[in-house]
Amino acid sequence: MTTLPATTSKKLGLVIDLDICVGCQACATSCKEWNTQGVSAPLTDDKPRSDEPMGVWLNRIHGYEVEEAGRDDSRVVHFPRSCLHCETPACVTVCPTGASYKRAEDGIVLVDPDMCIGCKLCSWACPYGAREYDHTEGVMKKCTLCVDRIYNENFEPEDRVPACVKACPTGARSFGDLGDENSAVSQLVKEREGYDLMPDMGYKPTNKYLAPRKRRDTTIAGREVLPKGDGSAMDRLFAWADKLMSGEKVTASINPTDASDRLEG
Amino acid sequence: MNPAYSVILFTTSSGAGYGLLFLLGLVAARHGVASSMSFALVSSGIALGLITIGLLSSTLHLGHPERAWRAFSQWRSSWLSREGVVAVATYPVALSFFAVWSGLFDAPQWISPLGLATALLCTLTVICTAMIYACLKTIPRWNTKFTLPIYLAFALATGACLLLLLALIFGRFQIFQVIVAVVGLILVAGLKFFYWRHIDTAKPKFTMGDATGLGEKVKQWEVPHTAQNFIQKEMGFVVARRHALKLRRAVYLCLVLAALAALVSLVVNPWIAALAAPLALLAAVFERWLFFAEAQHVVGLFYGAAEV
Repeated sequence: MTTLPATTSKKLGLVIDLDICVGCQACATSCKEWNTQGVSAPLTDDKPRSDEPMGVWLNRIHGYEVEEAGRDDSRVVHFPRSCLHCETPACVTVCPTGASYKRAEDGIVLVDPDMCIGCKLCSWACPYGAREYDHTEGVMKKCTLCVDRIYNENFEPEDRVPACVKACPTGARSFGDLGDENSAVSQLVKEREGYDLMPDMGYKPTNKYLAPRKRRDTTIAGREVLPKGDGSAMDRLFAWADKLMSGEKVTASINPTDASDRLEG
Repeated sequence: MNPAYSVILFTTSSGAGYGLLFLLGLVAARHGVASSMSFALVSSGIALGLITIGLLSSTLHLGHPERAWRAFSQWRSSWLSREGVVAVATYPVALSFFAVWSGLFDAPQWISPLGLATALLCTLTVICTAMIYACLKTIPRWNTKFTLPIYLAFALATGACLLLLLALIFGRFQIFQVIVAVVGLILVAGLKFFYWRHIDTAKPKFTMGDATGLGEKVKQWEVPHTAQNFIQKEMGFVVARRHALKLRRAVYLCLVLAALAALVSLVVNPWIAALAAPLALLAAVFERWLFFAEAQHVVGLFYGAAEV
């Protein structure tokens, strides 16, 4: 059924910390590896060794260059992007066959590959580019939140998390119930003011992103730091040399010690 | 958006077919049994033929055409499913209408209700087709108040031009057919003028900052892959503006020439009106290609588009 459940018992999803993601692609490759043998199997590649390789990936890592207000330097933010398992996703309601559905028990958005006719309309309806069409199989593929891992009783409890979360070496990805305000992920979102991607679309994404923390200024660009003749003997020597080279008459001066602009390092 | 030829063929061909069928239904509801059986059979055959070619071509772009029957199930939420249901429901009603209208089946009291029902179902099908595109918030240039009237006006204009052609061939050329065609063509040209003015002047709805939540001073630094992926091929296609402007002029030119051909035929030679149908269909093909090629999808914001 492509009509949406009124509520879901749980809201399983991911919290992605953009502050600590290093863009190593481990989550993307482990997603591909797991899902080409799990419920989405096969996750096909088309001409992988040609000049125009193309393949289905359910998790892709972008890099953005961001300028912060009041600073002239910019920073790089690694930005993993996958299905956000929205609460009211249009990708589900536009599906003509019922192949796309949102589970009432945990909120996971899935595609039934035996019912999908491959019309691609769901990929048009998704603002996040989360759905990728498998040309070889003729059906749409998407993140399953690793349903075949998170409930898998053959796994040790600590392994019952999505492959991307398990693979992340920096702990930038957390998995849990975002519908339970006491869960670790909900607490993390509260603490770090986690945000939705494109909230104005109105699809209420379950996954949350944590913004990069504000940085301390560690640049030297634009700051000309000259030695002052008021510090150590070495500082005074530099100050003397500076004045000598500037062609000024050298005068000794003794000022109260202020080493705040001392050239270091 | 990538202009898929199967979808362009589908919407123009079935649009013209539904327009013609709509007009046949209304005309028959007013005038009763067809003046000749050959006219009724040929015109209804052409209308249903165009619709069927369109519907079949729309299944060509499916990954699993053999499962297309499943698309009739989700009419509660999906405009694509509703389109399938109404399109199929039109067939038995239209065929019954043709049977009584052509005189194959003698039941003149049924011509008017069946003609009106056919016209209604044709209108509903075109509405569903338009809404598949108009309901997508991810594509601001489709998610406008113009999309639905433009689809309806194109169906009317192309259908009316086809009716004009059939009337000429069967010696039933009348002024009212010219009037309907010209009104339809002017309506299309006017709506497209306002649509294009709207998309040229509308403020962008979303920025890369909205998409990523990284503030307004964000730009792409690294893409996630070394070659184009499905998302970029399907959603990333945008026609160069200079080509778009040429094609827009081609649409206007075809529409104006079609309307002129219909009008001049009244004073010079009725057969000039035969040019209206091919010109209007050509305008529809150009317009439909542009409808896709000028549409920008918000997912482009993740792939380097500054605003959509």
